[in-house]
Amino acid sequence: MNSDPQFNVTKLDTFPKLLLHNIKKRGDSPAMREKGYGIWQSWTWSEAGDQIFSLACGILELGIKKGDKVAIIGDNRPSLYWAMTACQILGGIPVPMYQDAVAEETKFVLEHAEVRVAIVEDQEQVDKLIATKDQLPKLEFIIYSDPRGLDYYEHTFLFKLDDVQKQGQKLLELTPNVLHKEIFAMGGEEAAIMLYTSGTTGVPKGVILSHNNLLITSSNAAVLDDLSHIDEILSYLPMAWVGDNIFSFAQSYVTGYCINCPESSDTAMQDLKEISPTYFFAPPRIFENILTQVHIRIEDASLLNQWIFKTFMKIAGEVGSKILDKEQVTLKDRFLYFAGNILLYGPLKNELGFSNIRIAYTAGEAIGPDIFDFFRGLGINIKQLYGSTEASVFVCMHRNGDVKPDTVGPAAKDVELKISENGEVLFRSPGVFQSYYKDEAATKRTKTADGWVYTGDAGVFDADGHLKIIDRAKDVGKLKNGSMFAPKYIENKLKFFPFIKEAVAFGQNQTFTAAFINIDIEAVGNWAERRGMPYSGYTDLAGQKQVYDLIAECIDKTNRDLANDPALSGSQIQRFLILHKELDADDGELTRTRKVRRNHINEKYQMLIDALYSKSNHCEVEAELTFEDGRTGKIKADLHIRDATFISPSQSRTAN
Amino acid sequence: MKPRQQRKFGNTFLNVDSISLSFGGVKALKNVSFSVRKHEIFAIIGPNGAGKSSMLNCINGFYRPQEGTIKFKGKIRNKAPSHQAARDGIARTFQNIALFRGMSTLDNIMSGRNTMMHKNLFWQALHFGPARKEEIINREAAERIIDFLEIESIRKTPVGKLPYGLQKRVELGRALAAEPDMLLLDEPMAGMNLEEKQDMCRFILDSNDEFGTTIVLIEHDMGVVMDISDTIVVLDYGKKLAQGTPDEIRSNKTVIDAYLGVPNDKY
Repeated sequence: MNSDPQFNVTKLDTFPKLLLHNIKKRGDSPAMREKGYGIWQSWTWSEAGDQIFSLACGILELGIKKGDKVAIIGDNRPSLYWAMTACQILGGIPVPMYQDAVAEETKFVLEHAEVRVAIVEDQEQVDKLIATKDQLPKLEFIIYSDPRGLDYYEHTFLFKLDDVQKQGQKLLELTPNVLHKEIFAMGGEEAAIMLYTSGTTGVPKGVILSHNNLLITSSNAAVLDDLSHIDEILSYLPMAWVGDNIFSFAQSYVTGYCINCPESSDTAMQDLKEISPTYFFAPPRIFENILTQVHIRIEDASLLNQWIFKTFMKIAGEVGSKILDKEQVTLKDRFLYFAGNILLYGPLKNELGFSNIRIAYTAGEAIGPDIFDFFRGLGINIKQLYGSTEASVFVCMHRNGDVKPDTVGPAAKDVELKISENGEVLFRSPGVFQSYYKDEAATKRTKTADGWVYTGDAGVFDADGHLKIIDRAKDVGKLKNGSMFAPKYIENKLKFFPFIKEAVAFGQNQTFTAAFINIDIEAVGNWAERRGMPYSGYTDLAGQKQVYDLIAECIDKTNRDLANDPALSGSQIQRFLILHKELDADDGELTRTRKVRRNHINEKYQMLIDALYSKSNHCEVEAELTFEDGRTGKIKADLHIRDATFISPSQSRTAN
Repeated sequence: MKPRQQRKFGNTFLNVDSISLSFGGVKALKNVSFSVRKHEIFAIIGPNGAGKSSMLNCINGFYRPQEGTIKFKGKIRNKAPSHQAARDGIARTFQNIALFRGMSTLDNIMSGRNTMMHKNLFWQALHFGPARKEEIINREAAERIIDFLEIESIRKTPVGKLPYGLQKRVELGRALAAEPDMLLLDEPMAGMNLEEKQDMCRFILDSNDEFGTTIVLIEHDMGVVMDISDTIVVLDYGKKLAQGTPDEIRSNKTVIDAYLGVPNDKY
């Protein structure tokens, strides 16, 4: 595989063994970078190794042994990635957790996973753990890496990461081979990591993945994409999410490429520009945000720049994707694209930090075809993949040169796919998870005896064998008149508009489709400013008549699109309202990965839904919201409800 | 948050002795005395026009009190010009933000280190030799402050484009950049929302903890003052009404009558 002919995954079957391999093979090339005090600091594989071994010895002295769970909580920091390998050396199982989860959520996972040691980033996380420590008898130690603000803490269970490493270093100097036995005694079938799924449905479940699961899947994907040690990636997505474990951890160990940790979560997009990675992953919302930003800035730009943008983006849309896929293009188009590259695409990509991108992936949600085409038009090889925690990510992925915006590509290497009678997608692969921790019933429900896993997603194959995901299997429904109702499909269409941040469609067993809209405060705010409309905040702006007009236009366009599709034309949006507050994970309306939690919204906003299906044109609400520090407050508002234009299929044809 | 450890205060750091200040017929300060111990967070409170800002202006030498003495680190500084204040180790922020609006956050913070740059214009312009070395040292110090105040994401943003709360934070950064022994903060929380206030409190407490900076501050938000100060002095019409710990001030009758007021249900 890749550039390394001696690589043999059957022998190098665990992360610690791969670490030794990388130290031997490319000890002097960078393994990790982090921006500190404004300057990128880097660690080579041997330096990273030293850090990991001393930490492993340190936690060995604290009494960590095989099978112990170690929570890892914080932003993407080199020390936390090292902590993962250090645990694995001792046979411990790292449990990376969401750093922005509130204390209660964190407590649930710590308790369920029976965590003995938590290795965390800073005071924020330490405070969170101390608040619930009394109720967590199994949690023995907390190790923190950033000492700021923690000087006066006198708890005996608190340790500074540096001190733990220093202790470990002493042990290492006395007995240099102390870890070797541990490393070589371990095999690939053992548990490497435990990840809690974000829980779109019900409580989070701890997914256990083995070294083999992660390493075989990541190397299969690395072969397909021809990844090697010269690639660069920016690690900015939560460590608790399986994708980060593949892209920023497993694939780096497999191929030896360098991981770049941003300075802070706020600076990720600036750091992206400085690092200019070759391999990039982002969920669709990040690509959406980038596109929204570009549109906002172009609207404020000079007329000349606006003209250049319009003209050349049109050309990019027509030929960019073809050039990327090495298809035939006329000489004239090739020349225009070349000129566009000098005038627009090159500088724009540089501005966004996408100059060197060879492969970019998006997954998690469907991406708007227009967003997809925008980036491909610029010459950015963005592809989709379909995966899940239970699969160690890769189930389907686009191959280079065979990319379609509305599919997630054919099955990844070594993955078998089938679709059940009710339309649900099933897969079987080397990445299939071991089990859900302490939940045999759920394991049995999800994984059949012969290794097939139910994804819960409804999908179909197209003529080329690409999988197309329509929606969650349980969410695809019917309107009363019998027409198909795929809420996510409609929501995604709405969310493509830069003015709409989030949308929730209703229609199951109803006479028509209705929707909640969340405006994008940045885009709409900018739009309002340019029109000199005053507003005091989100709630005020969302309630203004002009904003309703603006959103009504977007809805009309969506309806026109839906009218074009015979199966979906019945599910056009007939009534909508703009919510008075942004849907937020802290209020339980979205998951931490920003997916809509339908059941919760149905319950919480029952009154609004009823109003949508009544004759009334407004509805008063009072909503509770949770601030970042956990306190709650209330917002009151009187929401308007608007009717949208229904477009009959014949009308839509004339309009086009 | 865990309560802060009982901290040890040093000896008297700043001694204000019978200060009187008048502008023509207006008596801004009348015979005010107090002393601030090293490592203390010291608040000056009082109604509008009580003479709080005048007091700060006297301490850093912008106003010259007609009577009384101000001793800082044992040195009398009544007559010291205001530019001497920075060299003596006093830095301040202003009630109305006084940053260079067109310059980036980083440059604004670097400007706070002006007193620590000794190479002449020629060397600095060439960015060569000792001047370069000096620049690196100062930049590193500025970066530590950026890290401390968690403003990495606005490092290169012109200050004029920042929201008010962040500008206040940058101003604190510039004051801290001078590595002052004593920091004078004139209404650091004015116009901030609750979250920004909480952040600001944390930064004030942290700079007191981490750099050992003595802090003298004026603030109207009583919640904040009572939470973070070690000692409070109350001024009213230029006169000192009371001095004491937050608890003493809260229960002081004169202060309640003049300034704090009584909760409604007491009537």
